[in-house]
Amino acid sequence: MDQGKPIIEVENLTKRYPGRTAVDDVSFVIGRGEVVGFLGPNGAGKSTTLRILASYLPATSGTVRVAGHDVFHEPDEVRRRIGYMPENNPLHLDMRVREYLKFRSRLKGLGWRRGRERVDTVLEQCGLTGVSSRIIGQLSKGYRQRVGLADALVHEPDLVILDEPTIGLDPHQIRSVRSLVKDLGKRHTVVLSTHILSEVEMTCSRVLILHRGRILAADRTEDLEQRLSLGGQVVAEIEAPAAALMDAFRDLPGVETTDVQPLDGAYQRVTLSPKNGVDLRPVVFGEARARGWTLRELTRGRRSLEDIFVHLTRGKVKEE
Amino acid sequence: MRAFPTLVLRELGMQFNSLTGYVVIAGVLLLTGFSLVDLVERIRQMPHEAPVTELFYQTAYFWLVVLLVSPVITMRSFAGEKSGGTYEALMTTPVGDWEVVLAKFAGAWLFFVLTWLPVAGVLLVMRQVTGEAALFEPRVVAVTFGGIGLVGSLFMSLGCFASALTRSEIVAAMVSFLFGIGLWMLGYRPDSSGLLPGWAAPALEHISMTRHMEDFSRGLVVGRHVVFYLTATWLFLFLTQRVVESRRWK
Repeated sequence: MDQGKPIIEVENLTKRYPGRTAVDDVSFVIGRGEVVGFLGPNGAGKSTTLRILASYLPATSGTVRVAGHDVFHEPDEVRRRIGYMPENNPLHLDMRVREYLKFRSRLKGLGWRRGRERVDTVLEQCGLTGVSSRIIGQLSKGYRQRVGLADALVHEPDLVILDEPTIGLDPHQIRSVRSLVKDLGKRHTVVLSTHILSEVEMTCSRVLILHRGRILAADRTEDLEQRLSLGGQVVAEIEAPAAALMDAFRDLPGVETTDVQPLDGAYQRVTLSPKNGVDLRPVVFGEARARGWTLRELTRGRRSLEDIFVHLTRGKVKEE
Repeated sequence: MRAFPTLVLRELGMQFNSLTGYVVIAGVLLLTGFSLVDLVERIRQMPHEAPVTELFYQTAYFWLVVLLVSPVITMRSFAGEKSGGTYEALMTTPVGDWEVVLAKFAGAWLFFVLTWLPVAGVLLVMRQVTGEAALFEPRVVAVTFGGIGLVGSLFMSLGCFASALTRSEIVAAMVSFLFGIGLWMLGYRPDSSGLLPGWAAPALEHISMTRHMEDFSRGLVVGRHVVFYLTATWLFLFLTQRVVESRRWK
């Protein structure tokens, strides 16, 4: 019956700590089935927002509803519906994996039989079956992260909240955790926080960019891609004289601006901006082939997260 | 209160999964052993008219054990979870504040009582060796253990309160030790200095744990002693619950 209704509704949420405002008048809505990333540098207010959503901290003002229940007035109703993995994934390191998940399933109100079934399911789902009788403290960080995820999922929550799920992992572990999170999106609504841009691109359908407690931008990930792609700018590294490159590309249809910078040896870096979003990569490749130039790299120019922040905050300052 | 037994078992498990729990048990056994030697020495020196339990609880060992061991048992209950971060994971599950407070108290109290069980063994050995059944009346022993349980409930609730106040286990242990020894000293020979105003001595007498234990170890169940321990325990548990709840006021 709740289908179609948003699972999270946040209105004018503010959280002040003595001497600083962590979250400043934030409003957003998250629909069922979305995978949403909170993106922002450290101290942007991501964790605080997630803690309020998980009904761990009270808000200073504003209202937060999860599945229609107020997080402050009906915390138990909210907690039953969310699986929350706090920052740094705290676990009881002295317990064994299965024992820990059973313990958590009991706390979350599952009966013995149902708890056992669910623990088996999440062990399987998170690839923990082989280590189910190991002591958590002796597991690698990657496995511990999976235990945290399994804990968040054990009571089949509608909403899964993950605070920095890949922090401190090695690249291999990051990859496996990301693919797990991506899978979650098929069955649950997922909200995660991160300060890594590529994580949001890989796992999320929508992104909220936070900076100093405010939402700077809320985009679908494709739109974020647009912001990032610098309007379709293309960068190529070609072995050719600079003047010849200038002549070749300047007057091509679809090219707005051309810039050539010398690199090592006879290579030059050519940066081209297109007119109205044309993809210039095939044009560059065709040109290089026709003239017999060696093309060693051809990429689209991208902004870094830092660039986006600078860009967005500059916009804000101008508006104000 | 569905999660209560699970939480109590977890508290007990935490004691037995770590070295601290075994150090506590070893410490109690060591001090109990010393007190046994002391006891045998006393019985040898003077004819014993009092029950052995009474002699036992009049030695300093008993209080040494209670005062030293209680902070170690309770220091981790809240502070350990806070510093390890698991507190956040616990408090975002649908369990109530009271459920958590009572479970932590119950787990600590059960462990405290468990550490004293070997003393029953010591008493049995004494009975076997001396063959004086009259010295070990079951009723006296039962009341004595009841007294230990009551003293334990006061110290465990106080320790839980101290642990809820801070994120540091060391600070929690020190605070609960200070509270504990302060409370105990208040009632330790309250009238000996002669400096107190007239009304103070009886009041302090009322909260004198050494006096209470003297009565319990004689097999006397005194109503006001029992009421004292139950209300004091309730008071500290209430304060603990308020501290736990306070995160929602901030």
